[in-house]
Amino acid sequence: MKGSMVILEFLLFPGLLFTAVAGLLTSWVDRKVTAWVQMRVGPPLLQPFYDIRKLFIKETCVPESGAIGMFLLAPLLGLAAVTLASMILWRTLLDSEATFVGDLIVLIYLLVMPALAVMLGSFASRNPLASLGGSREVKLMIAYELPLVLALLVPVIQAGSIRLGDLLVSPAPVTSLPGVLALLVCIACMQAKLTLVPFDMPEAETELSGGALIEYSGPPLAMFKLTRAMMLFTMPMLLLVLFFGGLLNGPAWKQLLIGFLLWFVLVALTIVIRNTTPRVRIDQAVRFFWGPVSLVALVAVTLAWLGW
Amino acid sequence: MINTINALTRSLNVFHLAGSACNNCDIEILDALTPRYDLERFGITLVGSIRHADVLLVSGVFNRKAAIRAKELLAQIPRPYLVLGIGGCPCTGLMFQNSYNWDRPPSDYMNIDAFVPGCPPKPEAIISAVVKVIEGLRSGALVPRCLQDQTVTAGARAPGAAETA
Repeated sequence: MKGSMVILEFLLFPGLLFTAVAGLLTSWVDRKVTAWVQMRVGPPLLQPFYDIRKLFIKETCVPESGAIGMFLLAPLLGLAAVTLASMILWRTLLDSEATFVGDLIVLIYLLVMPALAVMLGSFASRNPLASLGGSREVKLMIAYELPLVLALLVPVIQAGSIRLGDLLVSPAPVTSLPGVLALLVCIACMQAKLTLVPFDMPEAETELSGGALIEYSGPPLAMFKLTRAMMLFTMPMLLLVLFFGGLLNGPAWKQLLIGFLLWFVLVALTIVIRNTTPRVRIDQAVRFFWGPVSLVALVAVTLAWLGW
Repeated sequence: MINTINALTRSLNVFHLAGSACNNCDIEILDALTPRYDLERFGITLVGSIRHADVLLVSGVFNRKAAIRAKELLAQIPRPYLVLGIGGCPCTGLMFQNSYNWDRPPSDYMNIDAFVPGCPPKPEAIISAVVKVIEGLRSGALVPRCLQDQTVTAGARAPGAAETA
């Protein structure tokens, strides 16, 4: 009975179906706001759904000399990981007592998996442009993971717990200086984790023509697109839980409203950054994340440790 | 079948192949994709990889060497797909047809579904052509040639196919 409930939760709410729909709506917001920035009308509400549906009727091409098993498994890996991550987050939001100690660590690992899936898929395809994109993805991940994990330590230190439920009910870290610094670091890292401009070198359209995903077509490509859309929905949710958790109190409708507004602000910030910056080179990105961003994260952790 | 066409026409990702063109049609194609005309309203976006494409836009004449590459590229596009010839060159070769390196009209060896004549066609003409193609596909008047191959028996197509292979 309990097992079947978990499977149902994984497939419907708050798992695959819910996150996929929410993620595709988020990607519509992304495309619509981008259209507004460029002073045009933009796609209709259901356009991301049309795109996914179209990919499911397309033929799946597999590269002749690639590692076909890994090539087809990689998108599933990414999709499953982001679904599980979203499920853990939403279980926390619905009931702060429902989760286990150390779920934040599990979440950090799960959110690495989509990037890992892109790497595995790109190397498995044996396309030279794809492997170039894959190697850029590796370098980018090495660059942003260090400051991201450092910044995530700040709420953990302040709440004195590594369970998401406790972080959700403890005072919001953004009301303190180290919390604000850590949030800024996290926003920069989120941009890189979502591989959006200025950190979209793995998929650089102009130089790598699709980059890591160049050989994908049909349903596997749809899964990668779905994974990216779901990440765009889940990452701001994670920052919301970690940094603004304490602000969510009062009646349910008020929590929902404040939560949605804060989430929307985070998403809008991401979209505006993506539309107003040029793509940087991979060495510039590594220097940026290991230099100033890591330094700010270290300062934030030290201040949090000293009890600011 | 109707479901396939409906799914395809609501989200067209285009890939742009310029075969030894004079570049005017290519500029007009890019013009049609700029914010001014905003083709993303209809779900039309430009993609960088042929594997992501649903529509292949062909412009220009293909000389003997480019024709080989064009055929290779067409073999890599996942079904179902459409091929649009932009400008007069894919039709007839226009003024290049007496050139020493001119092979044959691309329509001889590529299954081009529709032509947009003009030298070069204006962005409005390209958009109008795309709308007509979408309407034709939905009403069933136009069937993508990549799907026709499956229904027509091999013997019926063989003479033409052998000649152009």
